[in-house]
Amino acid sequence: MKKEKVVITALGANKSGIVASVAQTAADYNCSILDMTQTIIDELFAMIIIVDITDIKMDFSDFKEKFERRGEELGIKIFVQHENVFRYMHRI
Amino acid sequence: MFIQPEEILETLGMVHVENLDVRTTTLGISLRDCSHDEIDVCAKRVYDKICQKGERLVEMANKVENKYGIQIVNKRASVTPIAIIGERFGKEEMVKLAQAMDKAAETIGINFIGGYSALVQNGATTGDIALMESIPQALATTERVCSSVNLASTRAGINLDEVNRMARMIKKTAEATAADGSIGCAKLVVFGNAVEDNPFIAGAFHGVSGPDAVINVGISGPGVVRHVMSKYGKDLDIGEVAELIKKTAFKITRMGQLFGSEVSELLGYPFGIVDISLAPTPAIGDSVANILEEMGVERCGTNGTTLALAILNDAVKKGGLMAANHVGGLSGAFIPVSEDQGMIEAVELGALNLDRLEAMTCVCSVGLDMIAIPGDTPASAIAGIIGDELAIGMINSKTTAARLIPVVGKKVGDKVCYGGLLGDAPIMHVNTFSCDKLMQRGGRVPAPVQALKN
Repeated sequence: MKKEKVVITALGANKSGIVASVAQTAADYNCSILDMTQTIIDELFAMIIIVDITDIKMDFSDFKEKFERRGEELGIKIFVQHENVFRYMHRI
Repeated sequence: MFIQPEEILETLGMVHVENLDVRTTTLGISLRDCSHDEIDVCAKRVYDKICQKGERLVEMANKVENKYGIQIVNKRASVTPIAIIGERFGKEEMVKLAQAMDKAAETIGINFIGGYSALVQNGATTGDIALMESIPQALATTERVCSSVNLASTRAGINLDEVNRMARMIKKTAEATAADGSIGCAKLVVFGNAVEDNPFIAGAFHGVSGPDAVINVGISGPGVVRHVMSKYGKDLDIGEVAELIKKTAFKITRMGQLFGSEVSELLGYPFGIVDISLAPTPAIGDSVANILEEMGVERCGTNGTTLALAILNDAVKKGGLMAANHVGGLSGAFIPVSEDQGMIEAVELGALNLDRLEAMTCVCSVGLDMIAIPGDTPASAIAGIIGDELAIGMINSKTTAARLIPVVGKKVGDKVCYGGLLGDAPIMHVNTFSCDKLMQRGGRVPAPVQALKN
C-alpha cells in the first residue's frame, strides 16, 4: 500500500526535550517515523521528521492540530505539511 | 531521492516570511443554460447554477490549504458574460441578474464573483448596451459582483463609441458609490484582448467556449522574488538576475499547479490553467515595485523602470511555463498602484506617474490598474486614457486593461483608503489638455495590420 508521507518541521529556540517530545507525539498518534534530521541554524533549532500517516486514526486536520498544540506547549513552532508540497516545489 | 532539509526550510521561509500563497482559486461556471424570457426565472436559474456548481468550492480549497500548510487567499467564481445570458432584458432587469450573482456568491461563501460583463469589441447588441448602462446601479447595489467590458482586440480594432460609453459609466459608477470612496470603480475593468480564462478579479469571466465548470488558479509571490533578489542578486549581471527570477518563478508556479490539480480533483471539475502572474498585495515587501528596486532602480518609476519590469515579466513567464501543465489567463506581472505598497510610496514621492505606468503596461501583463484620479476628471479624458491603453494592447497583440477610479470629491495630493487587498490609493495627476475632439469622433478604429495573420 502506498505510504502517505507528511513532513513535520519544528522550529524555535533550542532547549532540551524537543526531539523526545515531538517523537512521543508521533508515537501517540500511531504514525511511524521514516526519517529525521536535526540542525541548528543561526541559534535556531530546526528538526525535520518525515512520518508515515497511513495508519493514523483521525482526520488530517486534527492530526495537524495535535502537533501545533504540542509546539505551543514547547514554545516553538511546529509545521505539518503533506510531502507533495516539497516534492512539487523542488523536484521536476 | 528525498527532499533536503535546506529545501524544506526554504519553502517554510517562503510561506511564513515572504508571503508566499496561492492568490486565487477561481471556479468558472457556464450560465449558458440559464437564459429565459422572464427575468425572475432567469435570475433564479443564475442563482441556482452558481450555488450548485460552487457549493463545495470553499470547503475543498480549505482542505487543500490545510494539507499543504499554504494559504489560498481568495476563493472566487466567474460566470459567462451576463450580457449574453440577459440579452433580451433591459437595464433595470440586468441589475436583478447582478443581485442574483451577489446573493449566490454570499451563499457559497466567496468574496467576489466576476462576469457581469459584455464583449463589444466588434459592436454592441441591445443586451450589451443594457448591461453597460446598468453597471453603475449594479455595482452600487451589490457587494461582491465585479464587472468587465472588452472594448478592443487586435482582430477587431477598438470600438470607440463604447469606449466613450464606458468612460461615462466609470464616472457614473464613481458617483453612485461616492460615499465609499467610489469603490464601485475598483470592481470595474475595461479590456482590450480580454482572455476567457483569467482567474483574477475584477476582470474574470467564464469564456463562452469553456466547459460547464472549470478551476483556474492564479499564483502570487512578489515577496519571494524580492527576497531572493535581495539575498542572492546583489552582484549578478542582468542575465544571471533573469536566471534567478526564472528559478524562483518555477517554484512559485509549482504550488499553483499542485493546488489547482488537487482542488479540481476534489470538486470533480477539469483544471483549466495556471495564471503565472506576480500579484502583489499591500503587505510590506509583497510588492512588484520593490522587486524592480532590488533589481537596481532607486524608486519604481524612474529611468530604467520599464527595462527592469520587462526583464522581470519575461523571466517569470519562462520560469512558470515549465512548472504548469496549462498556462493561461493574464500571465505576467501586475502593477496595480493601490494594491502594492512600493507603488504607493513611489507615487507619493513623485517617482511614479501615469505616463510611466502606461509605458510599463507595454511590457507587463495587464494595464493601468487600481489608479485613483481626481473626481472631476472629465469622461473624455478617461476615454482618452482607456484609448491609449487599448491601442497598446491592439498593436502589441496583448491584453491591456484600465481600472480607473475617479474618486468623487478628491484631488491630487489626497488619498483614498479601501483597506484589505484593495489597499490605499494616492490620487494621481491626469494630463489636463483635452482629447475631446479625438474621442468624440466615435466609430470603430480599424483592426491593425497585425490582425491579418491568415
